[in-house]
Amino acid sequence: MTGKLTAGLAIAVPIVLFGLLGPLLVQDPSRVDDIGLSAPGAGHLLGTTQTGQDVFAQLAYSTRGSLIVGAVVGVLTLLLSGFFGIVGAYAGGWLDETFSLVINVMLVIPGLPVVIVISAYMPDRSLLLVSVVLAITSWAGSARVLRGSTLSLRSRDYVLASRVAGEKRWRILLVEILPNLVPLLASQVVFAVIFAILGEAGLSYLGLGASGTFTWGTMLYYAQNGLALRLGAWWWFVPPGLLLALFGAALALINFSIDEIINPRLRSQTRAARRGWRMSREQLRKAKEATL
Amino acid sequence: MTRLEVRGLVKEYRLRDGFRSTRLRAVDDVGFSLDHGRTVALVGQSGSGKSTIARLLLQLERPTAGEILLDGRPVARRGAGLTRYRRLVQMVFQDPFASLNPHHDVAHHLARPLRLHHPDLSRADIDARIRHLLERVQLDPGLAGRRPHELSGGQRQRVAIARALAPSPGILIADEPVSMLDVSIRLGVLNLLADLQREEDLGVLYITHDLATARHFSDDILVMYRGRIVEHGPADEVILNPKHEYTRLLADATPNPERRFGEESRTPG
Ligand SMILES: Nc1ncnc2c1ncn2[C@@H]1O[C@H](COP(=O)(O)OP(=O)(O)OP(=O)(O)O)[C@@H](O)[C@H]1O
Ligand SMILES: [Mg+2]
Repeated sequence: MTGKLTAGLAIAVPIVLFGLLGPLLVQDPSRVDDIGLSAPGAGHLLGTTQTGQDVFAQLAYSTRGSLIVGAVVGVLTLLLSGFFGIVGAYAGGWLDETFSLVINVMLVIPGLPVVIVISAYMPDRSLLLVSVVLAITSWAGSARVLRGSTLSLRSRDYVLASRVAGEKRWRILLVEILPNLVPLLASQVVFAVIFAILGEAGLSYLGLGASGTFTWGTMLYYAQNGLALRLGAWWWFVPPGLLLALFGAALALINFSIDEIINPRLRSQTRAARRGWRMSREQLRKAKEATL
Repeated sequence: MTRLEVRGLVKEYRLRDGFRSTRLRAVDDVGFSLDHGRTVALVGQSGSGKSTIARLLLQLERPTAGEILLDGRPVARRGAGLTRYRRLVQMVFQDPFASLNPHHDVAHHLARPLRLHHPDLSRADIDARIRHLLERVQLDPGLAGRRPHELSGGQRQRVAIARALAPSPGILIADEPVSMLDVSIRLGVLNLLADLQREEDLGVLYITHDLATARHFSDDILVMYRGRIVEHGPADEVILNPKHEYTRLLADATPNPERRFGEESRTPG
């Protein structure tokens, strides 16, 4: 367990728990009250919105919404990029050519504009629809990365050795190749989740997100529309913005630590590792200069 | 009692160079045979097509022309015939750091070929066989639970040899089995291979750059030059009496104590 992984998990796990359990404990986030915009205090932990809706309740539901987007996109990216990237590269021949054409076509389609066009075209958007659109426009990059690694793994000697031993092709893929791809898959999925949550927040902020559901992005959108900034209602826009930033940072930290597992050379380049070598300040500075 | 025979073997690779495509004949009309109980060395310079022959013999690639016969019958491309071929013809790879999967332990590498070729063995039988295999290659059976990165180069290559022996093959192809190992442990691994060859009555194809070990460990030598076999004969005959110019060059380049001492005793002083 590296420091980065610990820090990342320490931030991400409470947010996930909040998203899972919070909605069960809070009041209805859409319930209107005639107290209007009010600062945090008794009864309303994070105050209320312009229409007297409880911000804390909205935050709980929004966290759940954003996490659903992240999870759906993560799973879809895993399936799509694994299928087109790994299976194609492993099978080779015309299947690889076809799959790689599909990947390349998806890669040159500009993601965000397409998402905006599709979202604008559909008047009634569910959270699931938004997630699927985000996933379809973003899996190709991961597929390309996975394809490259699979191509290099399939010609390794140990794969040839298991062919010589007489293993079936699907078993070689599942037992000999896939375990070596797991860290890479994990980092691609974590990256896809970050992208999805931030992308959905951006869409919602533009008013193109899911209709009728709460996410961090929709909360920011309503706060913006309700002139929260001008009215100084920090309790309305800071919490969703903060959670968004924290969760993104936590996933990025987790991703860095996975990258260090995949590529041990990165691990020895961190300052913490260098301190472990008990080098003097002077030597550390020299080492840093040498690697820059 | 296995005999592997190769006739008129050709392998061409198509090289793409921009829009033009040229053909490279990596193996050109090669024929020889491997018999049980005999070691044949295949020597030749880098790029002469030695590894390509190994890949063709192991059915990892298809020959452009020619045939490979096992006990007089053509080799099946699929199904039960191919499985039988895989049991009888095994391989030791050059690089023991690449030929073992870093993700799996030693026991996995030995258990898989056992399970594939002896499906009726029970779990206890397989464990016993794994211990036995490790003892055959002079390793501590306690290493079974270790991962490849916890072993030394020599230990890994012994594991790779044990894996090749697991299906009880009749033919073993060793592609430069010691070239990636430290000089000090090469002889140990080669002696192990020679012992196993004698005990199991294996036919061995020993691919190498090194004429000295080829002469010491093998009965026959095949000399390969640019995809062709240019010389073929009993080991001593090929080395002491080279016919082809390339073999002569090769023999002169390897240190030969007999000849050196012979020359020195002739020079006075
Ligand atoms: N997949 C391939 N595609 C194209 N050319 C290839 C391929 N594999 C091998 N070759 C070419 O075939 C020739 C023979 O290669 P091979 O690996 O058999 O040589 P080798 O005798 O084993 O050499 P070394 O002693 O260095 O291992 C080389 O010129 C090589 O470039
Ligand atoms: Mg070679």
